[in-house]
Amino acid sequence: MADQVLDCKAISCPMPIVRISKAIKTLTVGQTLEVHATDPSFQADVEAWARRTGNELVSFVTEDNVHTALIRIAG
Amino acid sequence: MDLSELPEELRQSIQKMIDEEVRKQTKGFGDALETLKLQVEKSNATGQQEDRATIVAFSGEMDTLFAACTIASGAAAMGMEVSMYFTFWGLNAIRTGRSFKGKSLGEKMVAFMMPGGPASVPTSRMNMAGMGPLFFKHLMKQRNVEKLPNLVELIQELGVRMIACETSMMVMGVKREELLEGVEFGGVATYLEDAAKSKITLFI
Repeated sequence: MADQVLDCKAISCPMPIVRISKAIKTLTVGQTLEVHATDPSFQADVEAWARRTGNELVSFVTEDNVHTALIRIAG
Repeated sequence: MDLSELPEELRQSIQKMIDEEVRKQTKGFGDALETLKLQVEKSNATGQQEDRATIVAFSGEMDTLFAACTIASGAAAMGMEVSMYFTFWGLNAIRTGRSFKGKSLGEKMVAFMMPGGPASVPTSRMNMAGMGPLFFKHLMKQRNVEKLPNLVELIQELGVRMIACETSMMVMGVKREELLEGVEFGGVATYLEDAAKSKITLFI
């Protein structure tokens, strides 16, 4: 179970990564954030965001058009 | 064995040999350190590229401003330092209304013809005398895309530095009090200094 779950369904670019960047400010190193999104560019965006910010994208799954990303906060 | 147990003369000559050796060994190191320090100072002064994005918002349409604000908010979300320079038509994105007070006739005319803020800007194509923006706003709402005024509010909240170009404000007859609170004011050198340090610079 993730430490925090963020619902980004039905919102479009750039809002999912903006919401994620806000949410991680309330988390500490090692904690996890689970994000649900429907934005078509979400996978590419969250992958790039993770590479850029150095946070770990633990998993990414898509089911019934809903993407679920699990992010672990790095130091 | 402790050096202090040795006779004074012998102790001193050993110490001298050690000092000599240390000096010889570290001489190159000291020089290298000095060169490195100089290089760091120089690069700080000239400004190496940093994790910054500098965006010039020149166009004042809904679609172009939307693109500029989307990139700005994305860059801020990715942890970059972002500055946005609003100039000429782009100033409309950060206006909070129209004022005619204390303006010359020419300035009043420009104020009358310019949109009063991000909520009333035209589209760059298919404007159709103002029908286009209504149509696009409807589509954007349907698809849950953020509205331009919300995006402008968002980038300010994300800590994007907003700078208004004073010269274009003068030309367009825009007064400081017509712009959003927190907006800074600057000129071309302000922008260039920022842009020279940025990995990403855009003119939209």
